[in-house]
Amino acid sequence: MSDRTLTIDDLKRILRECAGADEQVDLDGDILDTEFIDLGYDSLAMLETSSRIEREYGIKLDDDTVVSATTPRAFLALVNGS
Amino acid sequence: MTTQVVVTGLGVIAPNGLGLGQWWAATLRGVNGIAPVSRFDASGYPARLVGEVKDFDPAEHLPSRLLPQTDHMTRLALVAADWALADAKVDTSTLPEYGMGVVTASSAGGFEFGQRELQNLWSRGGKYVSAYQSFAWFYAVNTGQISIRNGMRGPSGVVVSDQAGGLDAVAQARRLIRKGTPLMVTGGVDGSTCPWGWVAQLASGRLSTAVEADRAFLPFDARAAGHVPGEGGAILVLEDAEAARRRGASTVYCEIAGYAATFDPRPDRRRPPGLRRAITLALEDAGMSPEDIDVVFADAAAVPELDRIEAEAITAVFGSHAVPVTAPKTMTGRLYAGGGSLDLVAALMTIRDGVIPPTVNVTPAADYGLDLVVGKPRDLPVQAALVLARGYGGYNAAIVVRSIG
Amino acid sequence: MSRRVVITGIGVLAPGGVGRKAFWSLLSEGRTATRLISLFDASSFRSQVAAEVDFDAELHGLSPQEIRRMDRATQFAVVAAREAMSSSGLEFARLDPQRCGVSVGSAVGCTMGLEEEYRVVSDGGRKWLVDADYVVPHLYSHFVPSSIAAEVAWAVGAEGPTALISTGCTSGIDAVGHAAELIREGSADVMITGATDAPISPITVACFDAIKATTPRNDDPEHASRPFDATRNGFVLGEGAAVFVLEELEHARARNAPVYAEIAGFASRCNAYHMTGLRPDGREMAEAIRVALNEARINADQVDYINAHGSGTKQNDRHETAAFKRALGEHAYRTPVSSIKSMVGHSLGAIGSIEVAACVLAMEHGVVPPTANLHNRDPECDLDYVPRTARESRLDVVLTVGSGFGGFQSAMVLARPERRAA
Repeated sequence: MSDRTLTIDDLKRILRECAGADEQVDLDGDILDTEFIDLGYDSLAMLETSSRIEREYGIKLDDDTVVSATTPRAFLALVNGS
Repeated sequence: MTTQVVVTGLGVIAPNGLGLGQWWAATLRGVNGIAPVSRFDASGYPARLVGEVKDFDPAEHLPSRLLPQTDHMTRLALVAADWALADAKVDTSTLPEYGMGVVTASSAGGFEFGQRELQNLWSRGGKYVSAYQSFAWFYAVNTGQISIRNGMRGPSGVVVSDQAGGLDAVAQARRLIRKGTPLMVTGGVDGSTCPWGWVAQLASGRLSTAVEADRAFLPFDARAAGHVPGEGGAILVLEDAEAARRRGASTVYCEIAGYAATFDPRPDRRRPPGLRRAITLALEDAGMSPEDIDVVFADAAAVPELDRIEAEAITAVFGSHAVPVTAPKTMTGRLYAGGGSLDLVAALMTIRDGVIPPTVNVTPAADYGLDLVVGKPRDLPVQAALVLARGYGGYNAAIVVRSIG
Repeated sequence: MSRRVVITGIGVLAPGGVGRKAFWSLLSEGRTATRLISLFDASSFRSQVAAEVDFDAELHGLSPQEIRRMDRATQFAVVAAREAMSSSGLEFARLDPQRCGVSVGSAVGCTMGLEEEYRVVSDGGRKWLVDADYVVPHLYSHFVPSSIAAEVAWAVGAEGPTALISTGCTSGIDAVGHAAELIREGSADVMITGATDAPISPITVACFDAIKATTPRNDDPEHASRPFDATRNGFVLGEGAAVFVLEELEHARARNAPVYAEIAGFASRCNAYHMTGLRPDGREMAEAIRVALNEARINADQVDYINAHGSGTKQNDRHETAAFKRALGEHAYRTPVSSIKSMVGHSLGAIGSIEVAACVLAMEHGVVPPTANLHNRDPECDLDYVPRTARESRLDVVLTVGSGFGGFQSAMVLARPERRAA
């Protein structure tokens, strides 16, 4: 369990660094319940992002649960619960 | 009847100009793009000059989604491809998806990306290696990324033959058009201006260690002592001439009329080098004779032995001082796979404008017997040009381009 | 009158044994050559399994100078080329070097040599400004993988059109397809062609770890490569090379050469979809198969065996199954399909050529190699994958396919030359 909490703003920052941002998507809007795929992030983008979060937050994310967290809300819950 | 293959779009990204217009104007003015390395601190290396692509901000040209996953050279290639398609005024969404393909050449892949990930791995551990490393550095990346960006699902390919690749890719694209794909995006782009790429190039023993930009890369000059490396290249749109007519292509630059590739014998075999044969076979393929060629774009290695071999091949086919020869790459450095393609574009522009770009800074050594176009451009109506490129290890390629009249 | 292209020589260097005899006995017996990585200490990586070649360069005839200057992948290619030349009976002295070209495929070139040299010049990753003083003279040859094709050209004395084809994991099919095309168009009469890769080094293992493409089944390495099985969870990295002598048919007949198979058709397509991902419907691979069969003038229902890409990743095996059904219709259900990657792993660019070799040997022996480790078929993979045991069957027409990063999809049709009317 990490002693730091991953916030939605942290996640947005890391997504931008790891995978950029789709021009059609307003990442600054309320995206908590938008599917990553609709935000323009494919599995590769999520792998890069998860791996960065694992390193920055010193946690280990399970392969399958990362795939199952398809929205930022689910992803944050997963990271902050691990 | 063999399908006629024509060039309908050009995209250039070169050390002395971004975009076709800017680069060509600079090339005719003799603007030298060679300068001290700025992408990293090269002061500790024996070679310090390079032809870097300047004032290129990838974020201005490419979606941010693509940036974390692309090496410098892939960004250059994607933008050059965009420009070539824009120049051809092709609306890819209206063409059949399997009717468009991509063939690129890259001599060394995404080396800077590769160096960063090697450093992550060896200094910090496997978990620090990027998910994009699995493709961002490899030789096929430019073809893959260009095909994805433009929805091209036809036959595609990647050839690697060092500097010759810039011509070999174009020839492969022509072959695929003749087999039935109406439009191909093709060309070479390289860009390994990082410390790891730099020392790898130093290992060739062919880099110039000169410190003055106007004395560093002097092919066919008695002072020739290696080349300056560069980055960038050119992407071309090739089409079946009939298909181009049908879609009402606004510009048809030229026909890719002839091509041949040969390989030098192993050094200990004492057989003649293969460049002369490449020229002869390319002329034969074009159905032309040496008198039909108005200008030769030389490979211009600036290594005395290689310059001699090239001069001998040219004079053996054309005669001494019988055809103008030029090497505008003296303004950019050798761009490896990008170099062959950029010279091809220079040949097309020469035919279009009736002016041969100069070889800069060079005082031709008399014993080569070449009519080298030096110092300033030469006005001359040009119907057909021969472009030569050689790759390390023995690769020779020759392309003949011809005005469509 | 179109020129026809046949295979007259084969050299294979695959996990489980050097040479085509050892290779065929592994495949026909359904044994696997996958094991824990021994080439370096892989204990810190997610996937620690690979299919390695037990290779002694000196024993296989390379000189000390060749060993020093050539990357492992280059060494593989040269040794395989020499075997191919000798099996073809083609004599150096009687070969017109200018009519003989070279087309070698490789996905990652000299990556192993590059990484070794990188470690030295960067002092173990410490320096961004790497040290020029520690550079070896052959580093440039590692930098440009075209050196691999150049070494093969030197080894066989070729002076015709020469190229390295690098289309990722379809390189091994595409290089042979390219060679066949050069013979057909008249640019060469003989081509030395095939593919090589030696990617079992930390950087490659790490990059596939990063995208979880390779299997983490480290506790059972012999059974780690499980194409089409419901329990599959990634591919097993491999290495090796296969090289062929291709000849124009009349050229081969004139010298009474052994004719192993005809390259009857070849096509490649791109999915223009994703650098690593595949659309589940298999459209582009199906299109490549359709075009290759069309070029061969062979009907879909004449295909006797499909050598699948069968990498053993979740998405590949489904993608491919869909492609076979789309291209062959009902005949897909009647056709044996197998993946030799279950036994020799996935050697990236090399595997396409190693699989062409498997197809040719399968035709020669009348035996379909099995898919090892296949016990419980994925319900979405519902074809006949020849589980675990080889099967005798006369094979006149064989299809082999490949799929790779960058979106490349390739298909090649091999046939007995007498099978096709001229």
